[in-house]
Amino acid sequence: MEQFTGKVWVLGDDIDTDIIIPTEYLALKTIDHMKQYGFSPLRPELAAMIKKGDIIVAGRNFGCGSSREQAPEVIKALGIRCIIAKSFARIFFRNSINNGLLLMEQPDLYDDIKEGQEITVTVNQDISYQGKSYKVSSLPDNLVEIIHAGGLVKAMRKRNGLD
Amino acid sequence: MGMTIAEKIIALAAGADKVKAGDIHTVTLDRMMSNDGTTHLTVDMYHNQLKHPRIADPKKMVFIVDHNVPSDSPKTAASQKKMRDFAREHDIDFWEGQGVCHQIMMEHYVCPGELIFGADSHTCTYGALGAFGTGVGCTDLLYGMVTGTSWVLVPETVKFHLTGKLPQGVYPRDLMLTIIGTIGASGANYQVMEFCGDGVQTLSVNDRMVLCNLAVEAGAKTAVFEADEIALAWLEERGRKPKAVFKSDEDAVYAGEYTFDLSKIQPVAAKPDFVDHVVPAKEVCGVKIDEAFLGSCNNGRIDELRVGAAIVKDRRVSDHVRFLVVPASNEVYLQAMEEGLIDIFMKSGAIIMNPNCSVCWGSCQGVIGEHEVLISTGTRNFKGRAGHPSSKVYLASAATVAASAVRGEICTADML
Repeated sequence: MEQFTGKVWVLGDDIDTDIIIPTEYLALKTIDHMKQYGFSPLRPELAAMIKKGDIIVAGRNFGCGSSREQAPEVIKALGIRCIIAKSFARIFFRNSINNGLLLMEQPDLYDDIKEGQEITVTVNQDISYQGKSYKVSSLPDNLVEIIHAGGLVKAMRKRNGLD
Repeated sequence: MGMTIAEKIIALAAGADKVKAGDIHTVTLDRMMSNDGTTHLTVDMYHNQLKHPRIADPKKMVFIVDHNVPSDSPKTAASQKKMRDFAREHDIDFWEGQGVCHQIMMEHYVCPGELIFGADSHTCTYGALGAFGTGVGCTDLLYGMVTGTSWVLVPETVKFHLTGKLPQGVYPRDLMLTIIGTIGASGANYQVMEFCGDGVQTLSVNDRMVLCNLAVEAGAKTAVFEADEIALAWLEERGRKPKAVFKSDEDAVYAGEYTFDLSKIQPVAAKPDFVDHVVPAKEVCGVKIDEAFLGSCNNGRIDELRVGAAIVKDRRVSDHVRFLVVPASNEVYLQAMEEGLIDIFMKSGAIIMNPNCSVCWGSCQGVIGEHEVLISTGTRNFKGRAGHPSSKVYLASAATVAASAVRGEICTADML
């Protein structure tokens, strides 16, 4: 079972796509140009502080709002390994899978966690924080396959023997 | 066990006799819409990541430039050129500057019973005609464009029973904001909002679009009305025929049920920075505004322009306010000109803009500065949505927006 440990950034309820990447930066040429502005309306300093392998823990309805796929792409480009939230907005959920960004729903962790601490995630099993285990439900195999491949297009290429 | 309208549309698109909430089905898409918000990304993926790029059926594709039109920088000009060239090369229907994408889709394409993907979150608007429209990202759009299909998780349906009639001076937008304020910004997450009840008979297709359009702000996958006589007459006037007309079965399964008495709805406003921060409009009266916006895929049609014009007629927009009026399409714009509404707005001091998404999506035009306040008929009031992160957006009806533009502070029309 895939397992990893990472430092946690805690965000609130209803983190919308315009907070994740504001409209004015969508015209920038690449995701790498955009990523420095990730979460800037809420926490302008955050993007620069996120390190590869970090984890976001948030409340309900993460990713609500626009269908802009740059939102999960920016989060992935910042190095975030996975997002654990009470719930996700549906377009963001689909877009994240399609871009190989791992999402997990967990109802209780958000209420207990403090920013800056470490958690250990065992995919499709549980999250371990300060000796306590928080259960997560399993993602269907085909979605896990897409996430592992790095997104829908990469998964299709792999499935068709192109990569 | 029977099926809901949404389940019947999915079953038809999946070639299945029966589907139920929670099932995953592969469906054949009836149509796909993409706008200049993300089409350039779809085109890049199409050219750079596929070995044998092809389009399953170009006739099912519609590309619409509406977010930054006319283009406002060399960057947007380049991404729109990419979209335009691709559409021409592949014989895809292409619209530019003719209206906001969902308005164009409703005026020219959407038919009852269709399953439509749009690379825009407000694709749920199409439920006003008994279609299943839902927003997706550019990767799902690419997959649909190449294969003609996609997968859907059949959503649960929640019933919204509407009774009675809206009072004078209260509008469908007040109703939908009230519903969102009641159930919350994720109150219908992943579900379908089905509107029914005798109150539905009092709502035009325009009104139904207002309701369906904002369903995504409650997290819904889509919203839907039965394609009744009102919807079918509207469709026939435009020379189109339904794919299928569905009613929900008596024994269909619903995940929940709400009842709203339309006669009890009052003018409301959604306070910054969340669409579900809904309060009676009277509670925010007196808030000074810098800009007012009448337009968008939610509220820029002829009905709302009539409401706004009736309020600013023989009045002047406050010296402290920029009042942007943006018809949702050229069809709406022409109608407004014929009815003399544009004259009224111009004489009041309003700024009339070409049909586009305008400040509702915080780019192109009307963007607001540091600590400025906008009152808007747009779709969202997220932090920084309309410009600077410190700026604030209040959402309200066309009547409240127009009255506030005159007063220079938030007020309802009856206070003028």
